Amino acid sequence: MAAQTPSPESLLPLPTATFHILLALATEDRHGYAIIQDVAARTDGELKLSAGTLYHSIQRMLEQGLLVETRDRPAPEEDDERRRYYRITPFGNAVGRAEARRLTQLVRFARASGFVPGKA
Amino acid sequence: MHFYGFLLRLYPASFRAEYGEEMRAIFLRTRKESRGFRTVLFWMATLIEVFSSAFAAHWDVLNQDLRYAARTLARAPGFAFTAITVAALGIGAATAAYTLIDHVMVRALPFADPDRLVNIWQNVPSSHLRELELSPANYRDWKNAATSFSSFGAFASLAATFRGAGEPQRIFGAAFTDEIFPLLGKQPVLGRVFSAEDLKHSAPATVVLSYSLWQDEFGGGSAVLGRKVEINGSPHTIIGVMPAGFSFPDRDAKLWVPLRLAPIDFTDRSNWYLHGLARLNPDVSGSQAQAEMTGIAAQLARAYPKELANVGANVVPLRDDISPRARLLLEALMGAALCLLLIACANLANLLLARALARRGEFAVRSALGAGRERLARQMLTESVLLALAGGLLGILIAYAAVPLFARLMPNALPWGQSPSIDTRLLAFAVLLTLITGIAFGAFPALRAGRNSEGALRDNVRSGGGRRERLRSALVVTEIAACVVLLISSGLLIRALSRIRGLDPGFRSDHVLTLRTMLPFPKYQKLETRRTFYNGVLSSARQLPGVTSVAYTSFLPMVMPGGVWHVEIAGRPQDIAQQESASARFITPDYFVAMGIPFVMGRGIEESDTPQKPLVAVVSRSFVDHYWPGGNPLGRHFKFNFLDHVVVGVVGDVRVRGLERASEPQVYLSYQQAGDAEWSWYAPKDLVVRASGDVLALAPTLRRIIHDADPEQPISDVQTLHDILDGETGTRSIQLRILGSFAAAAFFLAAFGIHGLLAFAVSQRTQEISVRIALGARPGMILNMVLKRALILAAAGVVVGTALAFAAGRSMQALLAGVSPADTLTFSTAIGLCFAMTLAGSLIPARRATRIDPVTALR
Repeated sequence: MAAQTPSPESLLPLPTATFHILLALATEDRHGYAIIQDVAARTDGELKLSAGTLYHSIQRMLEQGLLVETRDRPAPEEDDERRRYYRITPFGNAVGRAEARRLTQLVRFARASGFVPGKA
Repeated sequence: MHFYGFLLRLYPASFRAEYGEEMRAIFLRTRKESRGFRTVLFWMATLIEVFSSAFAAHWDVLNQDLRYAARTLARAPGFAFTAITVAALGIGAATAAYTLIDHVMVRALPFADPDRLVNIWQNVPSSHLRELELSPANYRDWKNAATSFSSFGAFASLAATFRGAGEPQRIFGAAFTDEIFPLLGKQPVLGRVFSAEDLKHSAPATVVLSYSLWQDEFGGGSAVLGRKVEINGSPHTIIGVMPAGFSFPDRDAKLWVPLRLAPIDFTDRSNWYLHGLARLNPDVSGSQAQAEMTGIAAQLARAYPKELANVGANVVPLRDDISPRARLLLEALMGAALCLLLIACANLANLLLARALARRGEFAVRSALGAGRERLARQMLTESVLLALAGGLLGILIAYAAVPLFARLMPNALPWGQSPSIDTRLLAFAVLLTLITGIAFGAFPALRAGRNSEGALRDNVRSGGGRRERLRSALVVTEIAACVVLLISSGLLIRALSRIRGLDPGFRSDHVLTLRTMLPFPKYQKLETRRTFYNGVLSSARQLPGVTSVAYTSFLPMVMPGGVWHVEIAGRPQDIAQQESASARFITPDYFVAMGIPFVMGRGIEESDTPQKPLVAVVSRSFVDHYWPGGNPLGRHFKFNFLDHVVVGVVGDVRVRGLERASEPQVYLSYQQAGDAEWSWYAPKDLVVRASGDVLALAPTLRRIIHDADPEQPISDVQTLHDILDGETGTRSIQLRILGSFAAAAFFLAAFGIHGLLAFAVSQRTQEISVRIALGARPGMILNMVLKRALILAAAGVVVGTALAFAAGRSMQALLAGVSPADTLTFSTAIGLCFAMTLAGSLIPARRATRIDPVTALR
């Protein structure tokens, strides 16, 4: 049951886990464990999502309409009946981009204040 | 792995069902990756993580349910409004009633270690007189002999003319021995309290003020210590101020002076006016103290057989010293409130059950779509709790509004100043009550509804289900029974009130204004000064237009029930077991005319009854009946307070002690024959003015007249005789108003309950009724069918309710003033009302049943 959320900005700022899950699903559909692995790889093991955090976030993201559970299965040899696969929705994409813009903006401010080396 | 499965139970069941399997799988994989020391870290991280994310998941579900509940309730505003109001009524009434009970009977007294405080009374074991004041000599002897108490003090009530910074005014207070303040464990906010030194006659007169008097008279300034104020005309130095809320011995007490007893006060053991207050030693129980005091009293009785032959001692914990009547009144109030709460809960239960039944379809659909039973129940629970909390909130508002009214039932003699306020414990009590109701009747139906979803889907909402129907009928019967109890109880009290109002007080209360001028002694110690004052006031008042008669008396009836003296008749054997006594009043001529007390024979008190003449007395009829039955009393002599008096007249009896209490016979004496010094307390102080027209309009003129007679004389207690008589039934009227409003609320709630049940039953049986109509049943038969059901319910409720009401009536017989607890008129009226209510409640559903169109309904 997706709630009507007209503007992507209304969900910002995203919780860290939510943003990473969106990133992990940006390129392909994944099941839960694959998301955890992808996030860990992307952050060099810095962020290891636990099962509880992952599924609580997924449940919420499903309700917000950021994700859907997909019926399309990958090649049968990779498939595991028990697994559920998740796909990012266009709204999820929009929210992810909005969050990225927000973060870029923040970094720009930080540069201007000299917090971050580099051009202003 | 098992442990992780256990941890998963912390998540909401719906969440677990959805993701549990995968979480388990992920847990297994990640566990394999950690070895050795890292395993410990891994488990710690897992634990923390499970707790926090499970909490977050629950929080999400709660939010979702609250939103859903708010939406569904908003879609059924009628249901929501009714449920909330019903819950609020019950909770409000019960909370307010319990607040009062708690304040009067449960809560600790606002004194130090209050459980060890006891009142010490004299009693007359052969009579019903259990709590009598002590004579100074008995107080002294008891105190010296007793070992049960760590401290034993005495006090006497005081009514005085007080003059501080402003005008003189009448103020109540008490004279304390130096033990009383420490006994109560109260420190002054300013200055000090009495020492043993203050009690000596040679010491300068001192006074301790109450907080409110300090504020009112001196604006709360600290320079008040050492200031002089006038009490009954003599200067007293202020030595201390008590904290706000302190008031003892009753709520009216505003100042305290030291209790000074002179040697002469100890000579008369039959002059009883001291209240004894003591603190039990830590190792002594109340009954041990009672045993010791009984022994001491018996010893004294042997030493003073004439005065004390029949006098015992009575030790009563301060907490329990509430009159049985006041206690009964509160218990009746609580009983009524519980009745109303019961009705409200039954009604709420019925509402929720009906709603759960009506939503079976909805639950079945949701259940078929994959919502778990737990999820549905949880959601219903949220809804019920939301309703109950809203009802509780409104109920608390109602309780807040009702407590001040209820508080007027509080006995005035209670030794604490604050009026009751709702505290957090009571709030919790109310909230708990609502929650239990909501959970019991909101969530259980939901659980049941979830269990049988296929069946519910199949037959949808066609049948109500016999068991549930019976439960609902039982609830309606309960409501009717409780309603009958309330109706009959209030009916009995209404009958009692009208009976009491119909009693002849012994005087005519119409068109009489009264006011009090308490003459301060020693200024008015001489009879001549008093006589000048009385004659000045009386002769001026008599000339006012419309005034027919005016007089002064020691005490108005009912305002002052006491003032009782010993009677002795020559030749009549003295029966010590039976205290022979009569109430004594000094009056000016014309008193009987002004009060409208009828003459029986002889004459009244006259101006010629001067101190030089023999002492005369006018007695009441019951006095004659008691001492000289059948004989002519005129000219007979008797000893009244050990002085010889001759009877010159007989008048009708007055209910001196109030409408509801037995009174002693009355003796009226000439105000001129009161002697110069002794009877300051008995010196006439209440002015009675009978006039045609509006008597209250006379008050300003009378004030001026009194001011002319003595500019320093304060005036108080301006009221009509009618007000005094009304005051007699004041508590009853309030009680009746409360009970009456409870009964009215119960009446409507029960009617509403019947209506709800029948309306629901009719809608459930639409198809059956349609078939009947289609088969030729006439509207009358359908009407009969529905009404019969209602009447059976009403009859069951009435039978149970009548039996309970009779029991309730028996238990409050003391409040009924002689009305039988089985009063036919009351019972038949209440029963009639209940049946009328049943018919009214069932009329709309019954009519709806007859108008069912079989063609539409059966399609």
